[in-house]
Amino acid sequence: MKARITVMPKKSVLDPQGVAVRDAISHHGFPQIQSVRIGKVMEIEIDDAGPQAEARLHEICTDLLSNPVIEDYVLQIEG
Amino acid sequence: MKAAVIRFPGSNCDQDCHYALQHVFGIPTDYVWHKDSSLKGYDLVVLPGGFSYGDYLRCGAIARFSPIMKAVVDYANHGGLLIGICNGFQVLTESRLLPGALVRNRSLHFICEHRFLRVGATDNPFLNLAQPGQVLNLPIAHGEGNYTADQATLEELNANRQILVRYCDAQGVVSDAFNPNGSLNNIAGICNADRNVFGLMPHPERACEARLGSEDGNVIFQSILNHLGVRAVA
Repeated sequence: MKARITVMPKKSVLDPQGVAVRDAISHHGFPQIQSVRIGKVMEIEIDDAGPQAEARLHEICTDLLSNPVIEDYVLQIEG
Repeated sequence: MKAAVIRFPGSNCDQDCHYALQHVFGIPTDYVWHKDSSLKGYDLVVLPGGFSYGDYLRCGAIARFSPIMKAVVDYANHGGLLIGICNGFQVLTESRLLPGALVRNRSLHFICEHRFLRVGATDNPFLNLAQPGQVLNLPIAHGEGNYTADQATLEELNANRQILVRYCDAQGVVSDAFNPNGSLNNIAGICNADRNVFGLMPHPERACEARLGSEDGNVIFQSILNHLGVRAVA
């Protein structure tokens, strides 16, 4: 089973890295750039983990892979 | 009285914490490895600074699930005194033993310098020998010390007097101009609602002797001893 997890900072949290990259893009000749937010992507492969695998993955996303105080995650199962 | 300094893979301020407790204050202090499972008999537990697990994923995110943390959470839930310094503070927020989170410094720079802190609430085990408004000079050394929390949490922290130290200038003026990392309301350290868990980004163990440039960290250790009714043997 493959899963792809995207973790992004919540919109309410300042993303100074995103701001720095936005400025870099602007200076790179693309001043129309409005905003940049930077997160992370995790690709996970699992042996047959049974019918509870997806629910268990959600738990892992909430407990470990993301911090719900400052981040949102999206879990995509890829079969 | 006995103290424990937890060591995670990547902790690097454990020896300084041990030195402050054992050599400056004469408190018998053990190192406890992250794979141990018991904190029986300790009156103070310290989560030291450093880069546990290389700060992989998020600072403190993996340390939070180290085997010893079950005992740490249990110990804290039973009222044991727990102090998390720098990376230790990050572990405490990841563990939800303290509210909020520590994120990347606003400037994106790692800041390593002495800073002034204004003491807030002193009705707790960690600052009972300090005066409200007292200014302490402690070093900070962090890249992710920017404390953030939602509005409801901030209101609760203020209402319950849980904000223990805030960044300020030498005169104790708290303003954004003296905020090194963008922390919400210049927050440098907070305690939990039960007042037995204290997390702070600055390093009191690096301000325990005059030759280190400041002894202002000692009021925290002295307050803990005072709270426990122990006289320092140093």
